[in-house]
Amino acid sequence: MKALLELSNVGMKFDTPKGTFEALKDVNLKIDAGEFVSLIGHSGCGKSTVLNIVAGLLQATDGGVILDKQEVTEPGPERAVVFQNHSLLPWLTSFENVELAVKQVFKKTKSKAEIRDWVEHNLELVHMAHAMHKKPDEISGGMKQRVGIARALAMQPQVLLMDEPFGALDALTRAHLQDSLMEIHAQLGTTVIMITHDVDEAVLLSDRIVMMTNGPSATIGEILDVNVPRPRDRLALADDPTFVRCRQQVLQFLYEKQRKVEPLPKRESVKAEADRKRA
Amino acid sequence: MVTLTFPTWMEPYRALATGKMTGDQWQALLRQLIWPVMGIAIFLLLWQLAAQRIDTSLGQFPGPVDVWEQAGSLVDEHQASRAKEVAFHERQEKYIAARLQQQPEWEPVYRDYTGAPTFFDQIGTSLITVMSGFLLASLIAIPLGIVIGLSSTAYAAMNPLIQLFKPVSPLAWLPLVTMVVSAVYVTDDPMVAKSFLTSMFTVSLCCLWPTLMNTSVGVTSVSQDLVNVSKVLRLNALSHVRKIVLPSALPMMFTGLRLSLGIAWMVLIAAEMLAQNPGLGKFVWDEFQNGSSQSLGRIMVAVIVIGLIGFLLDRLMLMLQRALVWDKSSVQR
Repeated sequence: MKALLELSNVGMKFDTPKGTFEALKDVNLKIDAGEFVSLIGHSGCGKSTVLNIVAGLLQATDGGVILDKQEVTEPGPERAVVFQNHSLLPWLTSFENVELAVKQVFKKTKSKAEIRDWVEHNLELVHMAHAMHKKPDEISGGMKQRVGIARALAMQPQVLLMDEPFGALDALTRAHLQDSLMEIHAQLGTTVIMITHDVDEAVLLSDRIVMMTNGPSATIGEILDVNVPRPRDRLALADDPTFVRCRQQVLQFLYEKQRKVEPLPKRESVKAEADRKRA
Repeated sequence: MVTLTFPTWMEPYRALATGKMTGDQWQALLRQLIWPVMGIAIFLLLWQLAAQRIDTSLGQFPGPVDVWEQAGSLVDEHQASRAKEVAFHERQEKYIAARLQQQPEWEPVYRDYTGAPTFFDQIGTSLITVMSGFLLASLIAIPLGIVIGLSSTAYAAMNPLIQLFKPVSPLAWLPLVTMVVSAVYVTDDPMVAKSFLTSMFTVSLCCLWPTLMNTSVGVTSVSQDLVNVSKVLRLNALSHVRKIVLPSALPMMFTGLRLSLGIAWMVLIAAEMLAQNPGLGKFVWDEFQNGSSQSLGRIMVAVIVIGLIGFLLDRLMLMLQRALVWDKSSVQR
């Protein structure tokens, strides 16, 4: 079977005042329809760059991305993005936020009533039907992220791209949303690429975990298949030997093979020296 | 500020009436009523004391009581003028009716009443002029601000001109505007007076800058996340502006509009005064030229009315902002 999404030799170079900076190099990845893939790596390793290239928000300087036999050249609703900080329009209600996306994607194929039903259906999917006429300011962070997911799902994307979707949430809310996401994935079979820095989240949700090496010239270090049958239950999995082994492997990759030694920030040391001189 | 929080600010008065005041309500009463009234009372006292010590060539500087009397006489004059106008029209009706009886084939000619405008007529003229000038300025400044905010090319092209014309005083524009209006607006049957156009254009030229600058800054500072949402949704340029840019920039835009209206009102009075255009500015100038013993008192009435109207216009914008802007935290006092 041909892969739904294919990244071939994707590289990214940025021009900086100090010369060319190579953020990504030779990223090769094939993702099948219905797969749930996580990208994990230390901060600054270029996970978000990969996701933005797939989304079309950034253009790779080398290689390219092919989705369903078509090269990705610009952003589009078939690659819907769930942003880290929800990115809802603050002047619209939850319903209107989702409606804006639905109208844009389906205005030619759906009637007014169908559009309304589809918006409501997607809000129900993320358990937000009760608050659909509230504005983002009036709902919690977790609820906003639910609406953000509903908006993305409502576009019926071929690939759902999630950029650390639960990063800004507290642990309990995050667990709730992870469960919801698993439920939705099981129900719709959407292909998902998710960036995370949470090892447990990656292992719990993913079919495959793509581990990235540290930059510059970051690339894919290892790919781990998580062969844990679905549906998965977070409590039962805690002692599951496969789950524990997977978790162990990701941790090993992150903290032994790709241990990130943070150099002391330069500006800080200059400032400290200045302080010392003054004293 | 008071209008929308009606029940809350009424609370201390209700408590006072029922004799159940809490400490907090006393505080509120002091803040809302007693301190402001004290402030005004002290000001009036100082005014009275100072006025007694200032002798001008037009007599003693008017104190609060003189000004109050002059305000009364301005109201009386206005009513007298209205009565005259009514009488004029009655006479005209009678005359036309009588003549038509004798000469049924005669085409009646209706004439307008041509009495001198009263203080209140001048207020009306000023309000119409300021609103027209402000509206015209907004119609230019908002679209232009959006274009400048969206395109760095347009910004680079326009910025030097904006910086150059922004600090220009209305008085410098006025002669030019007067001459251009006289030269361009040539018609036998004018819809509006030339003086009205002169004042209006001067006001527009001077008050469009805050709206222009604030709109462009508001448009530039649309969050990158929302721009990305727009890209993913493939909104076209028009929808992008309508659905994302305009609502984002609205709070900033309103801040600019409020500043603009304030400037418009100040500029208008100056322009009317210098150009002898009808309005409150002309009223002040006429009284100054008139130089009677009541003139200073009448000018002081105008000063207070100008201040009051400026204040009310600002409140009006604030209410509009409250009603239209989604980000309530951006609405300041």
